[in-house]
Amino acid sequence: MSTDVSIVSFAQAPNVRATHGTTNGVEMLVPIMKEALDNTGLSKKDIGFWCSGSSDYLAGRAFSFIAAVDAIGAFPPIHESHVEADAAWALYEAWVKIRTGEVDTALVYGFGKSSAGQLRRVLALQLDPYTVGPLWPDSVSVAGLQARLGLDAGLWTERDMANVAVRSRAANPNAQIYEQVTADELLERPYTADPLRKHDCAPVTDGAAVVILSTAERAKDLCERPARITGIQHRVESAHLGARDLTTSPSTVAAAKAASTDGVTLAELHAPFTHQEILLRQALGLGDEVVINPSGGPLAGNPMFAAGLARIGEAATRVKPGERALAHATAGPALQQNLVCVLEGE
Amino acid sequence: MSAPLDIGFDYTRSLGPTLSRFVTGLAQRRILGARGTDGRVHVPPPEYDPVTSEPLTELVEVAQTGTVTTWCWQPEPLAGQPLERPFAWAFVLLDGADTPMLHAVDASDVHTGMRVRVRWAETAGNGIRDIECFAPETPDAPEVEPRPADDISMITTPVRLHYMHSASPEESLYLRGLEQGKLLAQRCPACDKVYIPPRGACPTDGVPTEEEIELPDRGIVTTFCIVNVPFLGQRIKPPYVAAYILLDGADIAFLHLVLGCAAEDVRMGMRVEAVWKPRDQWGTTLENIDHFQPTGEPDAPFDSYAGHL
Repeated sequence: MSTDVSIVSFAQAPNVRATHGTTNGVEMLVPIMKEALDNTGLSKKDIGFWCSGSSDYLAGRAFSFIAAVDAIGAFPPIHESHVEADAAWALYEAWVKIRTGEVDTALVYGFGKSSAGQLRRVLALQLDPYTVGPLWPDSVSVAGLQARLGLDAGLWTERDMANVAVRSRAANPNAQIYEQVTADELLERPYTADPLRKHDCAPVTDGAAVVILSTAERAKDLCERPARITGIQHRVESAHLGARDLTTSPSTVAAAKAASTDGVTLAELHAPFTHQEILLRQALGLGDEVVINPSGGPLAGNPMFAAGLARIGEAATRVKPGERALAHATAGPALQQNLVCVLEGE
Repeated sequence: MSAPLDIGFDYTRSLGPTLSRFVTGLAQRRILGARGTDGRVHVPPPEYDPVTSEPLTELVEVAQTGTVTTWCWQPEPLAGQPLERPFAWAFVLLDGADTPMLHAVDASDVHTGMRVRVRWAETAGNGIRDIECFAPETPDAPEVEPRPADDISMITTPVRLHYMHSASPEESLYLRGLEQGKLLAQRCPACDKVYIPPRGACPTDGVPTEEEIELPDRGIVTTFCIVNVPFLGQRIKPPYVAAYILLDGADIAFLHLVLGCAAEDVRMGMRVEAVWKPRDQWGTTLENIDHFQPTGEPDAPFDSYAGHL
């Protein structure tokens, strides 16, 4: 277990409110798989392991990810796996696969057509199916409960939350959400789910992302500026919402400690709600010297099951040689499960 | 093309010892929590400790009144939520519990610290839904009488989901063709294989199929099974034959019915033709073909379809 792993390519489909494509995501994946491969000069047959992240609940079809395997052109047979989670966790599996020495390249992809159903209601299916799910608490409402806990505790204000949105919305002209706006203007807008306004919530986004990994040794030949993974860890908290401390993120802290995040200068945080970005910065101890979400982050475009992987891709693309970046991915209600990946520019 | 796709299932969930007692308690208008390994009382009772993951078996009754510790307004309730009019989601810390539970509060002036009381649903036996919601506590509220209930070891939790399903451009072409009684396939530009339905990505090459080809409504049975088992939603009385039909000129078979002969007479390589429904019943669906029936022509030799199995 001494093989270092680097990210050598990243591509993502346009983040849009709704695509006309099918729920299996094939149309979004075909062009970006080609783009990601072309970046490296690798062809499909050079990829040792394929791993994807998506959810049947988003598509409303059983085994929907199988149709997406078509986008690979899986013949002769390929070495392939899937996680019913954000593809950041597929990247974790691929990282393990390379670390074991079994393969030296892996392609990871995530995709989701969030617009096919009512996303905030579909996400209620992540909750305890016995004692919570039958009430259908939607993802926005659960996040609102968490936001108010922090507001009441004085950990953040509605203005702090608006300031996160101001920065996110103005970060990236190519993002789904792009506007120059002030906190005063945002705070005049109505509540969608008091204490949350529309700008506090990530938009509903269709999208897909692809990341290619290789051994650090091969990375030099595949990419001008690879990003080496110096640590990647994930942790999960109890499914019992009431028993969790929702004003901080013990699982993120534990993952970050294990992955060793000291000295990072850039962080891509997968926080689909403004207060969650503040919460994560507080939990991780990220000061003003750390650049947060230069891509705009999930508040500017949040393709389900690809957005966490995209955080890793965005951080890898941006980290400067010799510097370190933190990429974070989340899953489940109110930041239940968190992954932290630390990248070093080469 | 796109169309609504509504899916649903009534999940029956066996409860196990801890949740059985909780759900039975709710039916009796009692609320039980579990004492965790650190002494805290959690409601609803987790089966395993949220911190140590030890199994939890000590259940204690808590009060039907409590305090709102956080809330979020739901101005437009979604399908299946506890109330159909605007309400607040809240964490309610019940008196006697140490961690809060998630439920709805029926009050327009909800606030952190508000005192609330359970409002029981009229019907019992639906688990957490036996609590309709919480409502502001009033000083003169009468004590709730327990109601008798037998032990409950199973609950039904319905799931209904609504989607707008989109067909790909290639599938849309195929579906529109069916409406005209045509079987439209496409050829993969890389491997020359003919796919029906056409595909957004050839599973061998990962590129969209292109050149359009109209196929005849006849072909062969490549493989088949005799369905003997009844199941939910079955339209034909067993035994009957579900078969892979390979149309002449196609490289991929699709599943359809073979009727018009005894099930035991269906065989691999058998020549079949489509039996279409009356034209006024056609839509954008393969169901326009009611079934396939034998043509009586000689069977195709095995070697001619061995590559399509």
